[in-house]
Formats: sequence, structure tokens, C-alpha cells
Amino acid sequence: MARDSAGIESPPKARKRAESPRGLEWALVALAILYPAALMAGPLLAILWGALSSGFGAMARQLTSPEAATALKLTLLLSFAATALNTVFGLVVALVLTRDDFKGRRALNGLVDLPFAFSPVIAGFTLILLFGRNGWFMNLIDSLNLRVVFALPGMLMATTFISLPFVARAVAPVLRHVGQEQENVAYTMGAGYWRTFWSVTLPNIRWGLLYGVSLTFARAVGEFGAVLVVGGGVTRFTETATLYIYRSLDDRNEVGAYAMVLALAVISFCLLWLMEYARKHAQDE
Amino acid sequence: MNATRAREYSPASVAPLPWGRWSLRAVALIWLGVMIALPLAVLFEHGLREGGVRFWAEITNPVALAAVRLTIFAAAVMTLINAVMGTLTAYVLTRYRFFGSRLFNSLIDLPFAIPTLVTGVMLVLLYGPQRTLGAWLEARGVQIIFARPGIVLALLFITYPFVIRTVQPVLMAIEREQEEAAWTLGASRWETFTKVILPMITPAIVSGSLLSFARALGEFGSIVVVAGNIPRSTLTAPVYVFGQIESQNQMGASAVSILLLALSFTLMLLVDWLQKRRGGEHGAG
Repeated sequence: MARDSAGIESPPKARKRAESPRGLEWALVALAILYPAALMAGPLLAILWGALSSGFGAMARQLTSPEAATALKLTLLLSFAATALNTVFGLVVALVLTRDDFKGRRALNGLVDLPFAFSPVIAGFTLILLFGRNGWFMNLIDSLNLRVVFALPGMLMATTFISLPFVARAVAPVLRHVGQEQENVAYTMGAGYWRTFWSVTLPNIRWGLLYGVSLTFARAVGEFGAVLVVGGGVTRFTETATLYIYRSLDDRNEVGAYAMVLALAVISFCLLWLMEYARKHAQDE
Repeated sequence: MNATRAREYSPASVAPLPWGRWSLRAVALIWLGVMIALPLAVLFEHGLREGGVRFWAEITNPVALAAVRLTIFAAAVMTLINAVMGTLTAYVLTRYRFFGSRLFNSLIDLPFAIPTLVTGVMLVLLYGPQRTLGAWLEARGVQIIFARPGIVLALLFITYPFVIRTVQPVLMAIEREQEEAAWTLGASRWETFTKVILPMITPAIVSGSLLSFARALGEFGSIVVVAGNIPRSTLTAPVYVFGQIESQNQMGASAVSILLLALSFTLMLLVDWLQKRRGGEHGAG
């Protein structure tokens, strides 16, 4: 059973012994449903109403404008790159946390969770302290003629940092739950590390991995504070989709903001569906 | 539990030569070192570079202090509501089956899929002073947007799943028999809940609540749109840090960052400790 932090584990299958509510229990059920409905349905309907009343034609024109298209492309590029990095390294970290044993592994375990405790603003700020003017590595990146702050590499690092723990945290409990028996059998039969990973370990953890990957991608797409601080939000250069929404609201370009919100909403719902799909399969296994 | 069985094997027992294990370990250490330890180190070095007196002056600056206090206050209010509503929702989801309960369960993660900036935009659209509902409320003396209630609402929205998703697995694991035994012994449903179930799920409630608290301390995207960011009134700590970065006061930014980080990291350690007490096995990875 999963018990890692941040609510990112997949809860086990609902008990078959769940029953229909009776009498006063309906009041509990009603309260549990009405609270999120009051909290979330109103705002969701408000934005849907705003978007619909501004018309699809106008929104499509905004969304295909060079600024919006560049912003959306940049968000997708950063999210895919950050997710790829975090998938590979998250798997390595999860494997080390569950299959390896050495002094300092506990500290490593605490380190993985740290980005959850970082405000995105602070995450972006540390990159400025590292690579900006008077930063620790200013001389190094100057001599290499690189730009990190107010450029793509810094934004990629920020996005990667902010979404770093999800894959490791979703995969580690599954790895622990599956145990090492099958892997050891593979080793005994002469399979190497690589072969064992591809044909034994990976199939066992695939749904947990998919859950972690979709959470990572969702977090990366929605990132705002860190990319604002480190990228500066220069239109058509370092402006991501969320930064585009922020600027559109400032410029009173509401139609543009609605259009981008809807574009992100489509991505969000696909991701939510993917998360649920992965969670259900993870529960069934 | 499978994990006890898995522990009988030492990782090196049947696996091929250890170079694979060592290189994995090295990759994990370098990745987490570069991505997490380095930013942490530069932040502390920068914040304490000019000595404790300067650090103290920066965090006791009245505007900074008010911002930190507001952040903690808003997060505390949100956490109390989350603890109660999250527990109730988790209970309803595990114990009752009703029309739409499965759909309800899959929609819990929705706030994880929505960019927090979008959450802020949605709240402004519904409760903003120029909107129908917002104007109606304002005529009755209730201001939500550009005021503290808006901050709490935004935090409630984005942290909605935390308590539910930490309490749910624990509730599922509680044997129905224990509850039934309590009923047979003459306890009412309420007594059963407070005397049998509640003590068992309290650590999970506390972990989920602390996690949502830590998350709220760093929230930026939704707050920056909703709060209005008036110094000493609706300016939260992450927005204060952002302002200090923008106005080139890096000392002020890093001092308050260190304070925020220390706070949320302490909470995360507390969560880890609680989960270890609860699960025993969590400490393994």
C-alpha cells in the first residue's frame, strides 16, 4: 500500500463493502459534495461563461496570434523536456531509494521531497543567484558564452526543479510493494541489469510510472512563479502560456486570456483523465 | 506485507557485478546534488553572507513581517477547514456508495491538474468587484477579491485533494470488523467514529493538513492575481519575495526565502516522522 507524501500515491481500490447511505448519513454525503461544488463549480462556470460569451472565432484568432502560439509552443517544449528529464532521473532515484543501501540514503530521501517545500518564486530566485549577475557560476557561463537566466536553459531548470519529486514519489512505493523476488530470479537466470529492468521491473511499475509522469507534466504546464522570475516573461521569447495569461489580463485583453485558459484546460482534462486511468490500473494490480 | 518478504534478500545477493548499482547511485547523487542541494546552498550562503544582523534586519522589516504573518494566518485558516472537510470527504468516499460516487472520486484530483494561475483567474472572474456576484457581495459589505477571504479561497481550492488523498488509504485499510465490533458492544455510530476510527486516522489527517500548509506557504500563482498585494494588508510572503527580487533587493529576498523554507521544511520533516510512526515501513525509502 502506498504511503508516500504529498497525496500523490494512488489509494487502494474502494472497499466492496461500501454501502448506500441511510437517513442522516445523506447529510454527510450532501456536505461532502456541496463543499467542493461551492468551492470549485462557481469559478469553473464563470470562466466557461466568460469564454463562451467572447465567442470561439475571437478566441481562435487570439490563440493563433504569433505571441499566443509561441507561448503555447514554449510551454509544451519546456513541459516535455522537464518531464523527460524527471522521468529518467526520477526512475534512477526511485531505484536507488528502494533497491540500494548505503550511508546517507535517508538524507537522499529527504532531499527528493525538498522541491515540495520550495515556493516557485524561491526556486527561480536560486537560479538567479547561481547563474545571474554576480552569481556563483557567472564566470563559468560567461566564458562558455551561455545564457541561463532570462533564457531557455534557466526556464527548463526551473520547470524541472519544481516538478522533480513526482515520478520518484509515485514509483518508489510500487517498487517497494512489488519486491525484488522477480528481479532476483531474472538475475539468477543470467539477465543483466538492463535486461532485467526492461523486461521485469518496468512492466511491474508502468501504471505508477504513468501516474507520476502525468502529475509531472501537469505541474510543468501550470508552472508560473518560477518561470516568471527566471525567464522574465519577454513576449515571443521567454513568455510561456501561463505568463501569456498573466500579461493578457494586465493588458485587459480578456479574450486572449480566456482563449489560453481554455487551451490549458484541454491539456488539464487530458492529464486528469490520464491520472485516473493510471490510478485505476495501479489499483487493480 | 510484501516488503518484509523483500527484505530477506540483500540487494547484492544475486545481482550481477556491483558496477551497475554504483553507477545508478552516482547518477542519483549527482542529479539531486546539482538540482536540489546546490540551489539550497546558494540561497543560504547568500542570505547569511552579510551576517546575522543584516539577516535579522531583513526578516524583521515591518512589511516582510506582516507578509509572513499573513501567509501563516491564511494557511492556518485553510488548514483547519481542510482537516475537517477532507476527513469528512474521505470518510464519505470510502464508506458510502451512491449515485455518482465513482465520478466524484475521480474528480478529487482536479485541482492538481489546473494551473494555479488559472485558479486565481477563475476566482477573480466570479468574485471580482466588477462581476455580477462580486458586485452583489460588495454591496452587502463582503469583499473577497483583493482581500483576505480571496487568499483563503484560492488556497482552499488548490489544496483540496491533500487531506482526502492521505486519509483515504488509511480508512480503507481499517477493518470493517473493528467498527462492527464497536457497534455490537452498544456504541453509537458517532461514538464508533470518535473512539475507534478517529484515533486511527489522526496521524494521516495531521500529515495531510501539514502538507497542505507547507504547500500554501509557498503559493504564488493564484495569490498574485487574487490578493491585490497591498503591503501590510494582502501581501503574502512569496509575493513579497517576488517584489524584492524585482526591486533588486536580493538580500531581502533571500532572508525571507530562508525563513519560509525553514518553516515548510520543518513541517515536511514532521510529516515524515508522523508517517514513519504510522507506517513503520516508510522510513525504508
